[in-house]
Amino acid sequence: MADSHSVIGTKNKKGQTFTDTWTMMNDAPRTPSFFTGSEVIKEALRRASCDVMIAYPITPQSEAAALIGELFAEGYIGDYFRGESEFAVMSQCAGAAFGGARVFTTTAGPGTMRAMENFPMWSGARLPIQMIVTCRGINSPLSIQPDTLEIAYLLNTGMLVWHAETAQDFFDWILKGYMVSEEPDVHLPLALCCDGFFVTHTKDVVNLTPADMCLPPYDPYRSPVPCMDMECPPVRMMRDPFVMKSNYISYATHASWQQEVWAAVERSRKHTIKWINGLIETENTDAEVIIVSSGTAVSQGREAIRLLEDEGIRCGLVKIKSLRPWPGEEIREATKNAKHIIVPEFNVTGWLAKEIKATIPNSDRVNAGPRVCGGMTMPPEIIVSEIKNLLGMRSMSMAGRGG
Amino acid sequence: MTQYRVLPGPEHFLPPSAASMGIRLPNPGEAHINGVIVPEEKAYEEAAKQFLMAKVPTLFPGPLVLWAWNEKAAKKATAIRHLYNTLKECVQPGQTPMLIPMPDYRPKYPKINPEVEINPNHPNLTIWHNKIDCCMFIGVHCHQANLSLKIIRGGTSCYTIAMCAQAGHEDAMLSFRDASVEKIMRLADAVKRLKGTVQPRLTSAKSGASN
Repeated sequence: MADSHSVIGTKNKKGQTFTDTWTMMNDAPRTPSFFTGSEVIKEALRRASCDVMIAYPITPQSEAAALIGELFAEGYIGDYFRGESEFAVMSQCAGAAFGGARVFTTTAGPGTMRAMENFPMWSGARLPIQMIVTCRGINSPLSIQPDTLEIAYLLNTGMLVWHAETAQDFFDWILKGYMVSEEPDVHLPLALCCDGFFVTHTKDVVNLTPADMCLPPYDPYRSPVPCMDMECPPVRMMRDPFVMKSNYISYATHASWQQEVWAAVERSRKHTIKWINGLIETENTDAEVIIVSSGTAVSQGREAIRLLEDEGIRCGLVKIKSLRPWPGEEIREATKNAKHIIVPEFNVTGWLAKEIKATIPNSDRVNAGPRVCGGMTMPPEIIVSEIKNLLGMRSMSMAGRGG
Repeated sequence: MTQYRVLPGPEHFLPPSAASMGIRLPNPGEAHINGVIVPEEKAYEEAAKQFLMAKVPTLFPGPLVLWAWNEKAAKKATAIRHLYNTLKECVQPGQTPMLIPMPDYRPKYPKINPEVEINPNHPNLTIWHNKIDCCMFIGVHCHQANLSLKIIRGGTSCYTIAMCAQAGHEDAMLSFRDASVEKIMRLADAVKRLKGTVQPRLTSAKSGASN
C-alpha cells in the first residue's frame, strides 16, 4: 500500500523535495513575489504534486490554464491536455480521479454551467478533484466580466466551496485545499472560487513557499470508495446501481448515499478550520454595524470601513472564507451584537444574503446589498452610502441607485 | 454541543446522518461511544461488553481484509479470525457468534443470500435474517461502511461497532479509528478479560433484530 509519509524528504523528478504540508505552508520561508492571480495559480500548481490537469479555454481562466501547460512542458505535471468542452473536461477529470490521480482543472462562468452535471457526480463518487472557478457572468447577453452568480449553483452540488479574496488566499488555499479534500473522511471535490479579473488579472504581492518544496503525493488507497472498481458503484453507474431499480431498498440506499456526501461536507469542517485558520475571519464584531461578505466584496468592505472610520462610524467585518462547509455557528456568534448586517455582493440575486438570513436569528437585520453585477465595480462609497442610510444619516446620492 | 446520540434503532424511515446532527469523529487515541468522544481504552471495554451481551455477535469483514492484497491485510485477516475464535470461546450456551463477509459492494438483485453475505446497499436483510443484535464492521471502505451503518440504525435494533482503518464512523454506535492488528488483538483481549462477567440478553423477550 502506498504511504505518502514514506516519501517525505525524498525528491521528485524535478528535484523538488516532498515536504510535510504543514511544515511547508507554516514554517518554510516565504518569498514576496509580484504576480497576477493567474500566475499565482501556476506557482501553486508547481508545488502541488499534481498528476493530471485538464484544460479548456474560457475567459478569465484561460491564462491560468495556458500557464499550467508551461508547467507540464517543464515536467511539473504528470499529464496535461485540452478537453473537447467543459463538460468533457469535467468528465475526463472524473476518469483521472477514479484512476487514483491528483487532478486539477480551471473553469469560469458558462463553462461552470455547461459542466454542471459533473459536479454532483464528482461528489457522489467521492472524487477529491480541485477546480478553480474564476467567476464571471453566465447569462445572455454574453458577458466575460466579474460576477459571482455561478457560485450559487455550486452550493448544493456536495462540493466543498471556498471563496478567495486575494491572490495570497488563492496560492495558499490551492495547496491546503488538497489536504482537506483528500482526507479519507472528507474525500470530496473542492471548488476554489475567486472573482474573475479582479483576482486573476491584477498583480499583487504574494508570499510564495520555496519552489523546491512540494506536497506529498496523493494516496488513493485512503479513498473511502474503491479506486477504479469497474464492478461497483460509484464507478459502475448505469447497469446495476440504484437508478435502474424501482424499489424501496434502492431508493433508501440512494438517499443514504446522498446523506453520506453531505456528512462528508460536515466532516470537512474541522480540517478546513485547521488548514485555513477558521471558516471566517472577523474584525470589530462588537460594532453595531457589520459587513459580512466573501471574495473581493470583502476588500471593498474593508475600504468602506476605513472611509466610515474617517467619519467616526465604527463598523465590523466578517470575511467568509468557506461557503461549504457553511460557517453557520461562526456567523451567528460574530453577528450576535449587530443591529445592521450589510452584505455586499457581486451578483444580481444576493445568494449570500439569503444564506445568512437563513442562518441567524432576527434576519431582518440583514441588508441584502449593495449588489452589483455584469462586471460593474463596487465603489466603497456605495457601501458607505448604504450603511449611512440604514443609520438614518444623510449620504451622497449614488448614480444608478436612486436616492 | 449536540444532544443527539447514536443509539440502536429502529430510528426513522430515513434517519439523518450522525455527522449532520453534530456528531464529530474522534482524534487519534480516541474513540466514540454513542457519539460521545471517549479514550480508546474505554471503547475496548464497551465493545467487548456489547459482544458478550449479544445473542448473535457478528463480525462483518470487508474487501480490504478478505484478500491478501498486501501483507498488512493478511495480518489483519488473521487477527480478525482470532477475534472470532475468541468470541466463540467466551460466549455462553445459546449465544451464536457469526462471521459473515461483505465480499463486494455490488447491488445484488433480486436479493442476496443473507446467510452467507452482507451488502452495503441492503445490510438490514442480513441483520434481520440472522437476528444479529451486535455487529462489527472491519475492512469495509468508509463510504460503504457509513451507508451500511446508517441503514442498519434506521431499520433494526442492532448495536453497531466500527473498527475503521481511517478516521472512524459517526454512524456506528461505537467506533475505533486507525484500526491495526494490535487494536484487533486488544479487543480480543478485552473480550477474554470480561468472559463470564457479562450477563447475556438470552432471557430477554426482545430479540435483537426487530424492525
